[in-house]
Amino acid sequence: MTGDVLAGVLADLRCGDHPGVVVDSPPGAGKSTLVVRVASQLTGDGGQLAVVAQTNEQVDDLTDRLVDALPGVPIGRLSGQDYVPAPRIARHPTVRFDTQVTALAEARIVIGTAAKWATVTQGEWRWAVVDEAYQMRSDALLRIAGRFGRMLFVGDPGQLDPFSIVETTRWAGLTWDPMQSAVAVLLRNNPSVAVHRLPVSWRLPASAAPVVSEAFYPFTGFQPATADAERALSFQTRGFGSQPVDMTLETAATSGWALHELPARHTLRTDGDVAHACAALARRLLERGGVARSERAPDGAALTPDRIAIGTAHRDQAATVRSLLPARSGITVDTANRLQGREYDVTIIWHPLSGRRDATAFHLEAGRLCVLTSRHRHACVVVTRAGIPELLDAHPSTEPVYLNEPAKFPDGWEANQAMMAHLHHHRVRA
Amino acid sequence: MSTLTALARAQAASTAAAQPIATLRHVHISDRPLVFVPLMLAGEANAPLAAMVGDRSAAPTLLVVPQPRNRDLRFTFAGELADLVIRYIDGFRGVTEAVQANRGRETRYRYVQAPQVLVPNPPGVRFVRLLGRSTRLRRSYGRYAVDPSVPLLGQWLTFLGERAEHPGSSMLLAMTEALGMHWATGQSAVEDGNLAALMGWIDPPAGLSATVAAAAAEDPLTWPPAGPATDPTFDNEVLAPAIAAYDRAAGDDGAQRRALAALETALAGQLRPTWDLMWRAVEQLRRLPEGSRVASRWAADRDAFTSYATYLQEGGLPQPRRDSAVAAAIRLDRLERAQAAYDAQRALDDPLVMAEYRMVGEAFAGTVVAAVPDRVDSSGPKRKLRPHITVLTRDPVRLEPGTSVVAPPRVQQRAQIVSLSPVESGTEVVLELSGGMGRALTPAPGSVPALGEDLCYSALTESYQPPGRFPLREETPWTHGGPPQEYVPSDDDAVEEWS
Repeated sequence: MTGDVLAGVLADLRCGDHPGVVVDSPPGAGKSTLVVRVASQLTGDGGQLAVVAQTNEQVDDLTDRLVDALPGVPIGRLSGQDYVPAPRIARHPTVRFDTQVTALAEARIVIGTAAKWATVTQGEWRWAVVDEAYQMRSDALLRIAGRFGRMLFVGDPGQLDPFSIVETTRWAGLTWDPMQSAVAVLLRNNPSVAVHRLPVSWRLPASAAPVVSEAFYPFTGFQPATADAERALSFQTRGFGSQPVDMTLETAATSGWALHELPARHTLRTDGDVAHACAALARRLLERGGVARSERAPDGAALTPDRIAIGTAHRDQAATVRSLLPARSGITVDTANRLQGREYDVTIIWHPLSGRRDATAFHLEAGRLCVLTSRHRHACVVVTRAGIPELLDAHPSTEPVYLNEPAKFPDGWEANQAMMAHLHHHRVRA
Repeated sequence: MSTLTALARAQAASTAAAQPIATLRHVHISDRPLVFVPLMLAGEANAPLAAMVGDRSAAPTLLVVPQPRNRDLRFTFAGELADLVIRYIDGFRGVTEAVQANRGRETRYRYVQAPQVLVPNPPGVRFVRLLGRSTRLRRSYGRYAVDPSVPLLGQWLTFLGERAEHPGSSMLLAMTEALGMHWATGQSAVEDGNLAALMGWIDPPAGLSATVAAAAAEDPLTWPPAGPATDPTFDNEVLAPAIAAYDRAAGDDGAQRRALAALETALAGQLRPTWDLMWRAVEQLRRLPEGSRVASRWAADRDAFTSYATYLQEGGLPQPRRDSAVAAAIRLDRLERAQAAYDAQRALDDPLVMAEYRMVGEAFAGTVVAAVPDRVDSSGPKRKLRPHITVLTRDPVRLEPGTSVVAPPRVQQRAQIVSLSPVESGTEVVLELSGGMGRALTPAPGSVPALGEDLCYSALTESYQPPGRFPLREETPWTHGGPPQEYVPSDDDAVEEWS
């Protein structure tokens, strides 16, 4: 991250016209590093800093990083009744856990989930940092915003939009529509709030950054921080014959992308063939002894199961793939929602539109495909049934347009087309 | 669509008969529902054209707007509808019952009955909501004055429209949706939106197969659309000339009466088949046994009815045009809690709904194969009774150890998954039980599931979820536009662009 962004953010946060500042961060652009640095600056000013994240997992990750960066600074972890401290947090002596914010008065930083902050009934904080603000729903911000003097919102605009299990069109078009993200509601009500952008992605390799940037961040592109030659994926053993699985892995290793295409077919959501292909690719990746060389490991590091993720659109798809992997394989298999903010060396993704007869808004959502295709440091393998471009052509977006509702970019349909057009060059027919 | 519903649809298509996807009725059906079949004029936003309305199948009332483009005639229609609807609603404001609230510290009263309005389809619900929107802010004085009953009708219709958004409420039901919750047909979801076709599948006339009956429903001459949109051919060939004849007869009372009679006959012909279908559908739903949790949801409806009736009686203002930031967030919170509770209640009531959860591994059914009923946990400061049971299931379990689950007949008893171990004939799930066993360290007889007992556990819970905490309206933060301006009712409220 460049120092300019940090300085600009701090200046706006300390004495800008608005009590809020937004920092947009593309995938892997050093968002957490920024949060930690801002936190260390603000704690130096005196007073207690409030930090808000969206899930307990995110809070734990952030706490871990804060402790590493600010040794000796007492940190209060605001937690729910049922929360059991994760081992990586419990080992730090400077972290105190409590369900009441009043018991954490001595801490310099108080950190908790937005849901937990919403239960706080008294107290005001001069500074607050809201992490993963694009995942936060507007109504969650409404519940806590009054407690904080000046707020920094950090997040990735390409993530999944917040969702609800109920019909919410009655609020469409209102500037305070509770279904927007926290950043969207803030900017619609206060258009002059300063928005900073982190310019480079440290995670995405040179093969992926331009593709993801063009498809999902059409107006606010970003650059890869590393050159093509700095990252390489190779195998310690050779493939035997020319099986599609091996061909797909070779394609992914050389180009950073692969489209593993199964014959066209309309299937149930839990398509057994796609699930088998995802599991087989992950297993084969380990069997072949993948080695990932990067700026972090210039001599190459063995690709271990915890560096591989399989991403799906639905929970039952993830469960099906999991059941095909050996028990405790160590490979992460989860939905796009759960993979937000995570990073792996190689990802294998089950294309949300694979085998479908229709392209619903859920499956077309740009954020879903963006999360799935931007988690990797080396290569991304997309597994799908053939026929997605045809499906897209047959189902142009038919979502109703509401008055006063700002147009959303990128459009899911277009982002999907852009991604498929790119993947077409890396196709392996299985 | 879940896998199980997809299967039921495939079976319906191959056997040419609708397949049940619920064993119980999950909606309340009143003894005296108000059936409302509205029609609107094509090309005009929610312009009422006609309606057939009534609470007895033998005695429908036909209301007609002879020239729907005339605003005055629209509000005359609204006035006539208001008389009917308000008389119907007031009919339920007689007997109340006492309800203990706040753990018996308070007593409140609610009406033992409540109105229920049935419309043919979701666009009918939208029509009710929009008619409420266009009438609730009108005034009985000043410019564009309307009958005093019109704004009152608007408030009630808006109330009903908002209840229809509330998951689990039965105060305003779309018939195609109520039927679609209980039966799967062999046609597409779009075709299911046609009430005649849907009833053709569910209850085909004697001697006809479901597919033939559903195909017959596509002929607009025998089965006119169930509204509010009309059949375009009817519009062109019958309606337009009839309205033109009415317009031409202006000034001549006799001729206008004759033109109106012709219009009424034509519109009654469009409405009557749907009217009869609605009552057949009501009978069809009544034949299903009612789910055990339907009554409690209807009680919530009666509570809402009672409180809104009281609010109106005390001169309550009409519902605002739109929700403020805080009101919107509070409503969303309420709807989400209601949706979660409704989903859980239906599954806990109905094994066929629960089967959907078993399919995806969020519930499991099995037999108790081992039990330690008097196991005591003495790890904490106080000794606690924590029996263990082992359930053998053949379902694909995807719940994690540590998850709390309950079984439908024992909802008072929480069970926590201790371990899951695959065995040859399925999965053995060890559960630790708490609650519902009495206060002693030995469980009350029958309170711990016995060996051989069949149970179905799931993580669904119908326990009360407290509402979220929100700032006051005056404390709306800057992120949401700051505090909204105080609303002061004025005569300008009634003047809108379309007035």
